[in-house]
Amino acid sequence: MSEAESERPLPVRAAPAGAVTGWDQAVDLTKDPALIPDAAEISVPPELRSEIEITMARYPERHSAALPALTAAQRLHGWCSPEAIDQVACVMGVTPAYLTSVVTFYDMLKGQPVGTNSVYVCTSVACCVRDAKAVHDAIAAAAEEAGLEDTEIREFECLGACDMAPVCSVNGRFVGPLETSDAPEIVAAIKEGRTVLPGRSLEDA
Amino acid sequence: MSPSGETRVLLEHIDEPGCETLAGYERVGGYKAMRKALLEMDPEEVVSELEASGLRGRGGAGFSMGKKASFIPKGAMDKYLCCNADESEPGTFKDRLLMQKAPHRLIEGIIIASWAAGANRTFIFIRGEYELQAEVLDRAVAEAYDAGYLGERVLGSKHSVELVVHRGAGAYICGEESALLDALEGKRGNPRLKPPFPANQGLYQGPTLINNVETLSCAPLIIERGADWFRSYGTDQSAGTKVVSVSGNVQRPGNYEVELGITGRELVYGLAGGPPEGHAVKCWFPGGSSAPVLLDEHLDLPYTFEDMDAAGSMLGSGAIIVVDDSVPIVHVALRLAEFYRHESCGKCVPCREGTQWTVKMLERVDSGAATPMDLEIMAQVQENIIGHCLCVLGDSMAMPIGSMIKHFRDEFEQHIQDARAQGERELLVETAS
Repeated sequence: MSEAESERPLPVRAAPAGAVTGWDQAVDLTKDPALIPDAAEISVPPELRSEIEITMARYPERHSAALPALTAAQRLHGWCSPEAIDQVACVMGVTPAYLTSVVTFYDMLKGQPVGTNSVYVCTSVACCVRDAKAVHDAIAAAAEEAGLEDTEIREFECLGACDMAPVCSVNGRFVGPLETSDAPEIVAAIKEGRTVLPGRSLEDA
Repeated sequence: MSPSGETRVLLEHIDEPGCETLAGYERVGGYKAMRKALLEMDPEEVVSELEASGLRGRGGAGFSMGKKASFIPKGAMDKYLCCNADESEPGTFKDRLLMQKAPHRLIEGIIIASWAAGANRTFIFIRGEYELQAEVLDRAVAEAYDAGYLGERVLGSKHSVELVVHRGAGAYICGEESALLDALEGKRGNPRLKPPFPANQGLYQGPTLINNVETLSCAPLIIERGADWFRSYGTDQSAGTKVVSVSGNVQRPGNYEVELGITGRELVYGLAGGPPEGHAVKCWFPGGSSAPVLLDEHLDLPYTFEDMDAAGSMLGSGAIIVVDDSVPIVHVALRLAEFYRHESCGKCVPCREGTQWTVKMLERVDSGAATPMDLEIMAQVQENIIGHCLCVLGDSMAMPIGSMIKHFRDEFEQHIQDARAQGERELLVETAS
């Protein structure tokens, strides 16, 4: 390879959904693979440890607890950080690599610190024909304008609430049907820690 | 049929407050079928009653529930039952309603089905997004344990059953039965090679019965009232009632329980109010977004498994998505393809690459960079996906996209021409200024 060619920067790739930190870095082949973390070296918050242990006991096979355990760790840490993964790996007795493979697969497990609040706007077929994309864009624009931080706003695949289309899930609470004019109120409510659009959620149905 | 056009059996008491509690459910006759099954019937009798009822799986494939249960091998071994509550098919939201409002009917159905299959360990795999419903189920399961309906030797019978509510974490593919098993085992949700089928080697390599929420919810009614009662609804090959989710461009989207065999027009126009004033139905998905689209003229067909098959589509999960004439078909196709591209697990090449290329080609169609020959290639790509993967996720994109190209070829070509003309106009304005 010529000098000029090797210096040419690699094309920038967008991070795929669920990518974990370091997804675009080459593997260090000289390093030993990470083993099951040593319990003496990792400090695990006691409530997380007991939650994972109780979950493991409910299944015939401890690996089945991977999804609930990672969800619990994510609730505590805000995302599936290397530290969170090490803690779960330590309690479950599995390697961090195994858990990372699970994190990268599922949309609701976050491999990047994207914010503690989540706004998932469904833009799948049934919502799409009711102009959900405009609702998503309006919420994103309103969030930018209001300087909303620590919040992940993204288009999401079908949330299973097509009767409320266009619908969005704010921290797991489904609200809809939405109009673009609802966007500022949604953003303000998240920012001030209020209930988003009271009376228009799935519980109220 | 009530004057509204609905036939409420599963949804009969759904609007009564407190129906999601044990006391509320027992007040309307709940858990009677469980007593009958466990105390008066053999597992074989339960299986044959379910088979005689003609109940077909409500999750999408439409396979006879009784027959599926009869495939579980006999003998002493660890057997499992999984309730598939990973309702992720776009357009489908019937299980959400059943779990939120009638969780005990589902639990009763699971107890009956696990008795029939000889399974002692049972799971409800619920999609992670349904947090509210999972909490409702958690409470209901705890109530059922306290009442002695779950646990060791239920009601003093020989049957012991454990039930765990397992939350997924956001992956459409986990609704596929073998991917669901992998996810439940704590792995990436990749589909498995079949055979062996889950009935022989499923969860933890043990025989596993997997049924949809609505299917299991039908079981208590069939056991309590008999197979003949169930058969009195619907048609010969599509017995019973069905909760149909109607969404998209309709005035009253929602869940409607109807007798199988009423026409699509009664559902879309009668119950859901039809498209908004001044618009007409352009096309409709009869069974979730994976079903090939049908046209307005097909609304007069009876809504049954066999008639939807004959029309070249499928009843699937019973989710009707209506698209009216205000929406360009290219946008629907593109959004659909993007969904399957995102959700493809990447295990099989035809699906992983096919969904990716279909999105790229549709983007070219949308921007006017495509030629009519691209439509030919795109249709060919769809044909090469169908039947070439471990599961049907790829087929689920290929079938509706293929049907759209077939039905709306003129519109696709017109869209390319218009987009190209628009692009040229913009270029002229740019050069002039």
